[in-house]
Amino acid sequence: MSLLSLEAIDVHYGDFQAIYALDLHIEEGETLAVIGANGAGKSTMLKTIAGLLTPTSGSVVFEGRDISRTPPFKRVPMGIALTPEGRKIFRSLTIEENLKVGAHAKRPGPWDLAKIYEAFPLVADRKDRLGVNLSGGEQQAAAIARALMSNPRLLLLDEVSLGLAPVVVEQIYDALPAITAQGTTVLVVEQDVNQSMKVADRVQCLLEGRTVLEGAPANLSRDEIAAAYFGI
Amino acid sequence: MQWLNAVIQGVLLGGLYALLAAGLSLMFGVMRIVNLAHGVLAMVAAYLGFIFVNNMGVPWYLAILIVVPIMALVGYALQWGLFNRALSKGGLAPLLVAFGLAVVLTQLLQEIFTADNRRIQIGELGTASIQITDSIYLGWFPIITFIVAVLIIAGVQLFLNRTPLGRAMRAASDDPDTVKLMGIDNRRVYALSTALALATVGLAGMFIGMKTQFSPTYGDLVLIFAFEAVIIGGLGSLWGTLAGGIVLGVAQAVGSQINPSYGLLIGNLVFLAILAFRPQGLFPKAVTT
Ligand SMILES: Nc1ncnc2c1ncn2[C@@H]1O[C@H](COP(=O)(O)OP(=O)(O)OP(=O)(O)O)[C@@H](O)[C@H]1O
Ligand SMILES: [Mg+2]
Repeated sequence: MSLLSLEAIDVHYGDFQAIYALDLHIEEGETLAVIGANGAGKSTMLKTIAGLLTPTSGSVVFEGRDISRTPPFKRVPMGIALTPEGRKIFRSLTIEENLKVGAHAKRPGPWDLAKIYEAFPLVADRKDRLGVNLSGGEQQAAAIARALMSNPRLLLLDEVSLGLAPVVVEQIYDALPAITAQGTTVLVVEQDVNQSMKVADRVQCLLEGRTVLEGAPANLSRDEIAAAYFGI
Repeated sequence: MQWLNAVIQGVLLGGLYALLAAGLSLMFGVMRIVNLAHGVLAMVAAYLGFIFVNNMGVPWYLAILIVVPIMALVGYALQWGLFNRALSKGGLAPLLVAFGLAVVLTQLLQEIFTADNRRIQIGELGTASIQITDSIYLGWFPIITFIVAVLIIAGVQLFLNRTPLGRAMRAASDDPDTVKLMGIDNRRVYALSTALALATVGLAGMFIGMKTQFSPTYGDLVLIFAFEAVIIGGLGSLWGTLAGGIVLGVAQAVGSQINPSYGLLIGNLVFLAILAFRPQGLFPKAVTT
């Protein structure tokens, strides 16, 4: 049984359909990268998994349970955590307070403040600063750390590399092995194909709300990916 | 000496205004709700106090211990049943709901209690005072009111700064959607915020009812004072609200010293001056959004 399955979900914003009968399966312990151009529906898909959006048809199944209509705050205690696009660090809270808010669900597990500071030295250095006073890279690291504080079984990362310098992106991705080593299943969404190919066991490419290519990075050629990515 | 006396009386009065304003500040801070029913809710608390103290003979301090939890429950129910729905509609809905609530509650109070002036009896405490110098006497009741107000404001601010629920309230204020991703039910956080806000309104309403004559429409004046204190102080923290209340209280007391009929006028002028020259208030939020 997959840890998470999307079964033929349609997702709408009002009259506009962003996702069409999308299927996705992720096994426990796996790292899956979902790639796609702007507007492919990647963030929409993650929001649907996290519960901020409800599919208009089809279902979201987590550990065999249909959670399509479960509100987002009840999915966190089940073990689903999303690091949203744009990081969404609480601006008027310090970084440490942000982390503590992340631990609100009190899920038991390997991550606590001490562990986080060990794995993310960048976050430890900035723990007493207000969220608003962090650089983009610091915010991204803090946002991932905050999601980990809920000790998720499934960690959803939306556009980790967006707007960050390559060095910073490297630094942040360097923390990923420490996360997956805990058995955490990771779903990364990226526009940056190279970065996600490096870390993922499997890649799924979206185009206009549909899957156009799927497979292990080793089995996919650059041309194949480029064609799927741009829809040519 | 008269002036010093006026300033001291003003500071004491300001404590009450700050307490009154704290709930308004809290609801706006956490949920961006401008609670136009704030004043009349203080009057609801005053009438509850009137029933317990004047009709049933409960001592005033016990009546406070009964009225405050009742108001907190009212707050929870109002938020859950009314304001949360309005918030999900967005735009002007919460403001209109608050306005409607204010109108309905004022009418209801008038229906039940008539428009007659009332006052919660506190016996000789109402007139007991302590002499500071030859010409300065401080009433015990204003002193008690001030101390309670400062303690409550400090307590609420510490609660917001230090506790998990307080942190959740501040986080929800920053970003209500992201808070859900932390496993927090923001509707429940809102309900608890309004419960806390109305607990402070309940306390303030009781003190107003013991201090002056009130009627159902007195809530309008109460709402204005609360607004002025919040705006003068700035929306950064309840310490700002405390400062705003004190500035307003001192302005009114000094105004009354100039001419007994100038009190409200000077208070309003100081408010307008702050609005014109320092619209962010005396202690604005360090973080700008
Ligand atoms: N709140 C919204 N209201 C209406 N349409 C939306 C909304 N959010 C996204 N969309 C539309 O849904 C589609 C998918 O958007 P989504 O944000 O999921 O794309 P994405 O793959 O995450 O893109 P990007 O890489 O730019 O983040 C786009 O066509 C977008 O315009
Ligand atoms: Mg996106």
